[in-house]
Amino acid sequence: MSADLSKPLLKVDNINKQFGSTVACDDISFELWPGEILGIVGESGSGKTTLLRSIAGLIEPDSGSISYAGDGELVEVDKLPEPALRQLQRTEWAFVHQHPRDGLRMNVSAGANIGERLMANQWRHYANIRAEALKWLEAVEIDASRIDDLPRTFSGGMQQRLQIARNLVTRPKLVFMDEPTGGLDVSVQARLLDLVRGLVRDLGLSAIIVTHDLAVARLLSTRMMVMRKGEVIEQGLTDQILEDPQAPYSQLLVSSVLQV
Amino acid sequence: MTRYNFAYLNEQTKKMIRRALLKAIAIPGYQVPFASREMPMPYGWGTGGVQVTASILTADDVLKVIDQGADDTTNAVSIRKFFKKTAEVRTTEVTEDASVIQTRHRIPETPLREDQILVYQVPIPEPLRFLEPRETETRKMHAYEDYGLMHVKLYEDISQHGHIATTYAYPVSVEGRYVMDPSPTPKFDNPKMNDCPALQLFGAGREKRIYAVPPYTRVVSLDFEDHPFEVQQWDAPCELCGARDTFLDEVITDDAGGRMFVCSDTDYCSKRQAESEAAE
Repeated sequence: MSADLSKPLLKVDNINKQFGSTVACDDISFELWPGEILGIVGESGSGKTTLLRSIAGLIEPDSGSISYAGDGELVEVDKLPEPALRQLQRTEWAFVHQHPRDGLRMNVSAGANIGERLMANQWRHYANIRAEALKWLEAVEIDASRIDDLPRTFSGGMQQRLQIARNLVTRPKLVFMDEPTGGLDVSVQARLLDLVRGLVRDLGLSAIIVTHDLAVARLLSTRMMVMRKGEVIEQGLTDQILEDPQAPYSQLLVSSVLQV
Repeated sequence: MTRYNFAYLNEQTKKMIRRALLKAIAIPGYQVPFASREMPMPYGWGTGGVQVTASILTADDVLKVIDQGADDTTNAVSIRKFFKKTAEVRTTEVTEDASVIQTRHRIPETPLREDQILVYQVPIPEPLRFLEPRETETRKMHAYEDYGLMHVKLYEDISQHGHIATTYAYPVSVEGRYVMDPSPTPKFDNPKMNDCPALQLFGAGREKRIYAVPPYTRVVSLDFEDHPFEVQQWDAPCELCGARDTFLDEVITDDAGGRMFVCSDTDYCSKRQAESEAAE
């Protein structure tokens, strides 16, 4: 990988976001380094998703700044004009929604879903787009014969894999994932996690993964942030936090995982 | 009953529409919002086109109205009568004699001139509508030239049908900037929009949008490198006039499967028939 490892890929400074009097993100700062997978965990309503959406430019934070180093130089993403931000969002960034329906275009075929980002990036050769779509269907273990089927005929797990394929087709550098395994049954979850882990490793992606499931964070992430009531109460290496949580809430979180 | 104001609409309304038209001509292919009025006909019958025609019509104009290429169908006849009554302008069925042509669907086969204006009746002006229902989003997509979605539609066509199956309202790029829905004209007519000497105006009454293609503007139909844009072709010539280069309508002649293909442009077809009869 040619990524510059001496500088952070993403730098988040003092993000604040309130909904009325509810504080969703309270002065959050962190850095993400190339090749790093950051897990954000916490109970529901702790501000994880709001933080993720603020960083990804889907909602506007009340204050704070987000800088991204695509080609070396750190660029303040929140100051970018909207067309440039959209360009970033459909090339170097990707966002995997919790519900595939939010991230997929349900009224066009699987192939068109995968091809959309390519066509938005000026691909104008049908056969090439289709070949790329087939390649990605294979990568996410969807049968090639389903390429012309509508996503609504897919199972939940397949829809989620299709969403991942649709996002990774432009080989983004940074992927945001919001509860990628939410709503899937456990065996499907396990396969999806396996798949994501493989893709992340093969493509050398950096990612921020929001989840309430510590097992997901443990499998995918190298570093972890624990959030509660809009604040980051603890952060560190995943193993460290899971083995030796410091904050009382983290201890509670870790001890409440069911052991089978 | 007292007389109508010239061409039905009051002068303030016509002024408002003319301003929208000027803006539309200045920004080719851009959809300009306008305060569409209720017209004495239902939406879908050409209320947008009628308002545009009413705003540009002068007492000296000669008006032609076509519906699917024909001058004698209900929609064409009633709009022609409407302007005969409210503007007392001369009307014609001959393309060459007309100074203003209001159309639903077709561009006349006879090449248009610089001193003619073509007014289209448009039902759905937004080419991105079927893939992106949010108006706030489609406006941004136009503003940012974010048109990838248009090709998603064409991709979907090829994947489902093996070729681009869109035959009407085929999206075009105007002067390399705005993507435009050329109203439900058959794609056969798309090449005629390119570099056309006549001014082309589009009015959508229900959707309250006006857009325009100024004379001699580049209009390119969207396509893929390996699936280039093509117009429809027919195996046989027109059965009435023998033309091979026109858009043909299928006409059912009996209930035993009999059918014939004839020019959809009735004026062009009858002119050719008259010419060949005169030659004999």
